[in-house]
Amino acid sequence: LRITVWSLCTKSVSYIKYPKACQQGVAFTKDGRYMAVVERRDCKDFISIFVCNNWQLLRHFDTESQDLFGIEWAPNGCVLAAWDTCLEYKVLLYSLDGRLLSSYRAYEWPLGVKSIAWSPSSQFLAIGSFDEKVRILNHVTWKKITELDHPATISSKNTIVYKEVEKSPTVDTERLTFPPTRALASSLFSTQSKYEISQMPVSLQYTKPVADRANPKVGVGMLAFSADNCFLATKNDNIPNAVWIWDIRKLKLSVVLEQLSSIQGFQWDPCQPRLAVCTGSSRVYLWSPAGCVVVQVPGEGDFQITSISWHPSGDSMLLLSKENFCVCYLEREEV
Amino acid sequence: MGDWKAITVPLLSSDSKNIFPYTSERKRSPTSMNSQVLRLSLPSPKNMYSFFGAFCTEENLEQSISYIDRELTTMGFPSIYAESKGKELNLVSIINCMNELLVLQHKNLRAQEEVEMQHLKLGSDMDHLQNCYAKLKEQLELSKREIVGLQERDRQLQSKNRNLHQLLKNEKDEVQKLQNIISSRATQYNHDMKRKEREYNKLKERLHQLVMNKKDKKLAMEVLNYVGRADGKRGAWRTDKTEARNEEEMYKVLLSDYEQRQKQLLLENAELKKILQQMKKDIISLLPPQKQKPKERSEDGLVLSDQEEDIGELNKENMWELSCETVREQLTNSIRKQWRMLKNHVEKLDNQVSRGHSGTWNEKDVISREAHELETEKLELEIQQCKEMIKTQQQLLQQQLTCDDDTTLLLQDCYLLEERERLQEEWRLFREQKKNFEKERKSFTEAAIRLGLERKAFEEDRGAWLKHQFLSMTADCKPENVTTSSDPDIRLVKSASRQRKPPFVLSPAVSPEPCQISQYITHNSVASEKPAADNMPSLWVESDDKEGTE
Repeated sequence: LRITVWSLCTKSVSYIKYPKACQQGVAFTKDGRYMAVVERRDCKDFISIFVCNNWQLLRHFDTESQDLFGIEWAPNGCVLAAWDTCLEYKVLLYSLDGRLLSSYRAYEWPLGVKSIAWSPSSQFLAIGSFDEKVRILNHVTWKKITELDHPATISSKNTIVYKEVEKSPTVDTERLTFPPTRALASSLFSTQSKYEISQMPVSLQYTKPVADRANPKVGVGMLAFSADNCFLATKNDNIPNAVWIWDIRKLKLSVVLEQLSSIQGFQWDPCQPRLAVCTGSSRVYLWSPAGCVVVQVPGEGDFQITSISWHPSGDSMLLLSKENFCVCYLEREEV
Repeated sequence: MGDWKAITVPLLSSDSKNIFPYTSERKRSPTSMNSQVLRLSLPSPKNMYSFFGAFCTEENLEQSISYIDRELTTMGFPSIYAESKGKELNLVSIINCMNELLVLQHKNLRAQEEVEMQHLKLGSDMDHLQNCYAKLKEQLELSKREIVGLQERDRQLQSKNRNLHQLLKNEKDEVQKLQNIISSRATQYNHDMKRKEREYNKLKERLHQLVMNKKDKKLAMEVLNYVGRADGKRGAWRTDKTEARNEEEMYKVLLSDYEQRQKQLLLENAELKKILQQMKKDIISLLPPQKQKPKERSEDGLVLSDQEEDIGELNKENMWELSCETVREQLTNSIRKQWRMLKNHVEKLDNQVSRGHSGTWNEKDVISREAHELETEKLELEIQQCKEMIKTQQQLLQQQLTCDDDTTLLLQDCYLLEERERLQEEWRLFREQKKNFEKERKSFTEAAIRLGLERKAFEEDRGAWLKHQFLSMTADCKPENVTTSSDPDIRLVKSASRQRKPPFVLSPAVSPEPCQISQYITHNSVASEKPAADNMPSLWVESDDKEGTE
């Protein structure tokens, strides 16, 4: 229908017609100066760029796409990436002034782009697709520099695979008291887990999706670059329990985290190369190049973490479940 | 020989049975021969007599002789009759003819043997060739069969290949068809989607209109407690000025981004160029100084000059930091050239090493690895030896310089002892010599004393005689004293000197002593004989002088 922009200071109203209701139809640049909106009129896609100061239309251009699925600004605010529906693999790159810089198409018929992520320096654009691969384009030529594959068996010697392993709690039967203290009760019934390094070669749990359903759980569904531009975390929906961490400087797979249940989400620390992963259990998993750790959220009952959000300062993060949320503080080590 | 046969057969009809068996035997002996050769060889000695008897009997002797003669003459032999036309037989000629016939027979036999040998050889050759022929025929058959088999297989494989090609083509066609189907279906779906979308939009519009028609007031948000502007007016969002400003800002943002990127790229380029230059320098330094073949020298010399030129040029260029195409190309080309040269050099070295291994390299500059290793081993040995020598020398030095006191004293004592012994030896010698000298001196002094005593006695005698003489002469006459006295003096002196000489001969070395002794004695004599002193000393002196001269 339309987007209405209300100014909370002045009483001005602005309307934007024909916005498209797609997954990522509206995108703001990092500095918040420009806003791009996907519009669709007469079965054709258009992108409009607005200046956020006064909501004036800056540029309006059509795209050579079948059915634009989403747009995302590069962190430097000068390039806009737009990708097509999953039926068609097409990634279009537009400059701020509306010129088409480049278009990228890896293959024609199989299902296409599933997820996209820009690197913080705007140097790389990672495209995750339904064929379980991530293709990385560089910002100079907008051509593919590498393909990252997610096979079910990992046999390279340079990769470390951390596997989450449950350990049953040790209970001192002599120390049992009645009535049981809260700490004891929670520790008795909650299962602890820790990470173990698996021996090569490792074969991960691979699930083949049902072929005749739409939107299959196939392909690279989650992509995220670390804040220092050194790592890329991906999730292959065919292997739902694993987080793949790639070293961007070497363009090689560096670490795989294998969890006990399927990954719900992960997010990088805005300041350091630290990744927080949640899998729907009451534990949050942290990885950094120094190692990885399992953090149990203390609480009674089940606290199923479904999403994570870091504080911009990198000191704390928000853990969200269906009905509750928890703030987790990360203490700095006293030197 | 045919005639021979023709004639003998009727004559030997009686003995034909005897002969034919032999001939038939002869026929059987060449077993594999196809041709049948009638051989008439000499019959066995058994039937010789009968054979020989058959031809010539006593009745037909003349006939047989004439016949033989005819035969021999026709054969070219001289007649067996004597020169005259009588019936006398020339025995000599007969014997000659017989001999000739024998020789001929021998020759024929030999020829026959040879022919038989050749016949046998040819027969065996024929056998051999026939065997070979049979074998080859078999082989040919085999290979023909094989060829047929292989051809069969080849045909089968080709047909299989064709089938597979056909299958592949079919599959490809199917794939193409499926792709076409997919694309056509995709376009169809797109078209349908668009149609449905339009329908949906239309329906949404209609619904919206219908819904809106029902309501009177618009759906709107009310803003409560908004922060107003200073002058109470509503802010204007869209004006021409703002549009232009927006454009400007947008372009500024873009430009700044591009400028940043360009700066980064320039920096990168400069760094890479620096690295390339360094690499070039390194490669040039790695390439060896040209020592080897003159061909290479000229090549490398040329290239060197090129390199130098390049370096000079590029340095100049880099001073200005130009990044134009030509400079870039030059740099990359020169790097490529250098890299190629380095590669060639490394390959050459590899070849040299391999050839050194095989030991066919003759150049002086190149030493094969084995020779190199041998030399290094030798050098190591030498070093070891030198080190050992140095060590021992050092030890000795150490002993010399920093020994214990005892040992030094000992050593010194040893040396002193040695010296002392030597000195003692010398002293002993010296003392011996001294003794000898003393003895000699004593003997000389005794001799001298004796001599002195004798002289004294003589002088006394002389003095007495002179006195006597003087007295006698003064009694006779005075002026003739001097000359005559001198003569006896001279005679006396001579005899005295003659007396003195033997003791002088003993040791010429001690001659000054007798003189001294004589002087001492003269003094004594002078002192003892004062009264006759006036003439005596002068005469004495004269005699001394004469002694000296003598």
